[in-house]
Amino acid sequence: MRHPTTFALVFFGLLALLPFVAGSYAVDLVAKIMIYALLALSLELLVGSTGLVCFGQAAFFGIGAYAAVLLSPTDGSTPSLWLSLLSAIVLAAVYALAVGALSLRTQGVYFIMVTLAFSQMAYYVVHDTPLGGGTDGIYLYVKPAWGWLDLDKSEHMYGFIWLSLLVGFLFLSQMLRAPFGRALSGIRVNEQRMKATGFSVYPYKLAAFTLSGAMSGWAGYLFAIKDGFVNPELLSWHLSGSVLVMIILGGLGHMRGALLGAFAFALLQELFRAEAVFGSYAKHWHLSLGLAIIACVAFMPHGLVALPAQLRERLSGRGNRKASVKTSEEQA
Amino acid sequence: MEFATFLIQCLNALQYGLLLFLVASGLTLIFGIMGVINLAHGSFYMIGAYMAYALAPAVSTIFGGEFFSTLAVGLVLSVILGYVLEWAFFSYLYEREHLQQVLMTYGLILVFEELRSILVGDDVHGVTVPEWLNGALMLNEVMTYPVYRLFMSGVCLLLAAGMWFVFTRTRLGMMIRAGTSNREMVQSLGIDITLLYRIVFAMGVALAVFAGMIAAPVSSVYPGMGNSVLIICFVVVVIGGIGSIKGALLAALLIGLVDTFGKVLLPQAAGVLVYVLMALILLWRPNGLFKD
Amino acid sequence: MTSDVLLQGINLTRRWGGLVAVNNVSISLKRGQVHGVIGTNGAGKSTLINLLSGEFPPSSGQVELLGQDVSQWAQSRRARSGLGRSYQRNTIYPSFTVLENCRLSAQAQHQQAWAFWRNADTDATTCRIAQDVAVRVGLGDALARQAGFLSHGQKRQLEIAMCLATAPKVLLLDEPLAGMGAEETERMLTLLQELKQDHAILLVEHDMDAVFRIADLITVMVNGVVIASGTPNEVRNNPEVRTAYLGDH
Repeated sequence: MRHPTTFALVFFGLLALLPFVAGSYAVDLVAKIMIYALLALSLELLVGSTGLVCFGQAAFFGIGAYAAVLLSPTDGSTPSLWLSLLSAIVLAAVYALAVGALSLRTQGVYFIMVTLAFSQMAYYVVHDTPLGGGTDGIYLYVKPAWGWLDLDKSEHMYGFIWLSLLVGFLFLSQMLRAPFGRALSGIRVNEQRMKATGFSVYPYKLAAFTLSGAMSGWAGYLFAIKDGFVNPELLSWHLSGSVLVMIILGGLGHMRGALLGAFAFALLQELFRAEAVFGSYAKHWHLSLGLAIIACVAFMPHGLVALPAQLRERLSGRGNRKASVKTSEEQA
Repeated sequence: MEFATFLIQCLNALQYGLLLFLVASGLTLIFGIMGVINLAHGSFYMIGAYMAYALAPAVSTIFGGEFFSTLAVGLVLSVILGYVLEWAFFSYLYEREHLQQVLMTYGLILVFEELRSILVGDDVHGVTVPEWLNGALMLNEVMTYPVYRLFMSGVCLLLAAGMWFVFTRTRLGMMIRAGTSNREMVQSLGIDITLLYRIVFAMGVALAVFAGMIAAPVSSVYPGMGNSVLIICFVVVVIGGIGSIKGALLAALLIGLVDTFGKVLLPQAAGVLVYVLMALILLWRPNGLFKD
Repeated sequence: MTSDVLLQGINLTRRWGGLVAVNNVSISLKRGQVHGVIGTNGAGKSTLINLLSGEFPPSSGQVELLGQDVSQWAQSRRARSGLGRSYQRNTIYPSFTVLENCRLSAQAQHQQAWAFWRNADTDATTCRIAQDVAVRVGLGDALARQAGFLSHGQKRQLEIAMCLATAPKVLLLDEPLAGMGAEETERMLTLLQELKQDHAILLVEHDMDAVFRIADLITVMVNGVVIASGTPNEVRNNPEVRTAYLGDH
């Protein structure tokens, strides 16, 4: 198994080098993928670490994005980067706190459905009310700035996104090693025992949910300032579904799984959309994607992170032919 | 609000609520009995609507008649579809975790949407109803109400009554209810649980498809219709309580009322009201109105 | 030996719809004593333990922990206040190591949830407690093993260790001997004798020999009602108990 630190060094190192060796198309694409990777990290915190399957991540992402645009000054002056980033994160976190407070009263399948429903609620607010500018979306006319950082320059934007992803990754990795993160794992593995031991699990879950929402808001903010444009589709449940696919594709229970999954998913999408490979069926890439999702979950439920181990087992003839249907290693 | 307008909105609410109930009951049944959360349930509704549109010409050539023959053919096809789908796909989902079920059925939505796009295209279509259903009922001197909508409500009520009858008065219904509470016990009693699940699943699919078919003339046939109905169905199930048909009926009617009157009284907030309702009910009853 | 009453159930009743699972049951747990609860299946023993530990509130009656009325307290709050509980079915963290199982349990009393910069693995307090309790129950050699791979008996030992990690004053043990062989049972009983000195222990068990050996007091329940309560000898000779266990004689 690859050592996590080695992975992080290699991963972030390669990404840092990219702008120096690749053209602007690749840089732009990778910048977008990194944003999705940050979003995936935030969902991994909920699903992989705490065991809460949330189907409403897009709402927090979208709120962060819309905040970037709606909170920018109307007089055309340049907004301060840190202030606008902070506001976006806070707004997303507030919605997460509200949604979490209600949703976490439910369990299991209810929780999945309720988070989806609240995400749709946010979607409709943005889609139907004048607040969100409707289906046409809103443009961001002036990008925020700070000091010598000029986000109109794509290298600066790339760098800022890279830094955000790195900070997010390091923060979550450390948090998982801390008592708080351990408590979340305990809640995932055996919530009953946690309660019997003396942990009040609701506050822990709510904190994780809010933190996750804040991080998603951060990713959404980056999306808005990079593209300069937001529309309601940023809150669509298709995005929520895609992020879930990313983390399961990469491998649940590992932060690097979220990173790998985001890249793998993005590359799969590019592949399926490529007319060079699929010809005239490329425009029906949803079909290939759907089938790929089904196949991936059915045959590779532990994701890419577990693939080397899975292959080794298959090749050496050991182990069950049937892939484990439970993604956690319950054996009690 | 004038009485006639009020009456019209009430009838609309009833019709919408009953239709929702039809779709949601399939969803809650499948979850309550097999423990599978099926995101693709909305796609069945969409398939129903597209079938109503696409089958009509073929059916009228082979069987003559149009609307009712299409309904009958569609119903038969949907049962077959449900049967095959359960055998080929859903039976593998029963033992899996919810997250995996969610993602695999999400993939299925994408597959269904694209297949529809390839086979029938992405255009919006209308479906016509037979002349005798196309009339309007006079409510007062000025206002009328479409007969077809009354027909829809009537059919839904009939189906609801039929479901109640099957569940409470037949052996099949007894087995289904037993299966909800205790799967292993039912198996050890010698009942073929595989067959039971297949039948229940086919029923669930048929309900959604049928709902789509009769809704088609009113809502028209368009690509995104499956997704919007799915999420509202989730709200119905959350409010009503998973596995509870009674709850689904009550919740669906409640949502019908809130949505219909919401659109009239607060058009801006209309899309959001249903979720506000859900939030309020969750505050009071986290497990829905009727916990199974 | 001090005999404080550490935990009391007073006229506890629990109804589920029409079914009365526990009917006006009172029970007292004193420090330095093992109070056994025995009864036929469906007698309400598990429900009683759940009422005392706080999984659900009583329909009527009170629970007093260390003199305080905790009837409406959530389970986690009672646990923090000195109530430990083990389950009939292994309620461990199978994918964590034995050490981590104990350490995380110890963390309940040293939560430090806000200290993101600390590494839980190197936290002196919780690690020391974890090692101590693991050694105490006899799992000192298995610290690095994954809990899910332990033998059944070892898992039961781990279950107790996790209880002890929060330094409770009262222990509610639900069939700790379930599924154990003779040797493991001996080891467990020796452990319980040791633990008796500093704790008040409630022991729900089916193994009659074990209960009669180790318990200072025994309560017998049938159909949610206490039919006898007293010393092992008193209970052994109680005619109603004999009827309940041996049939109409």
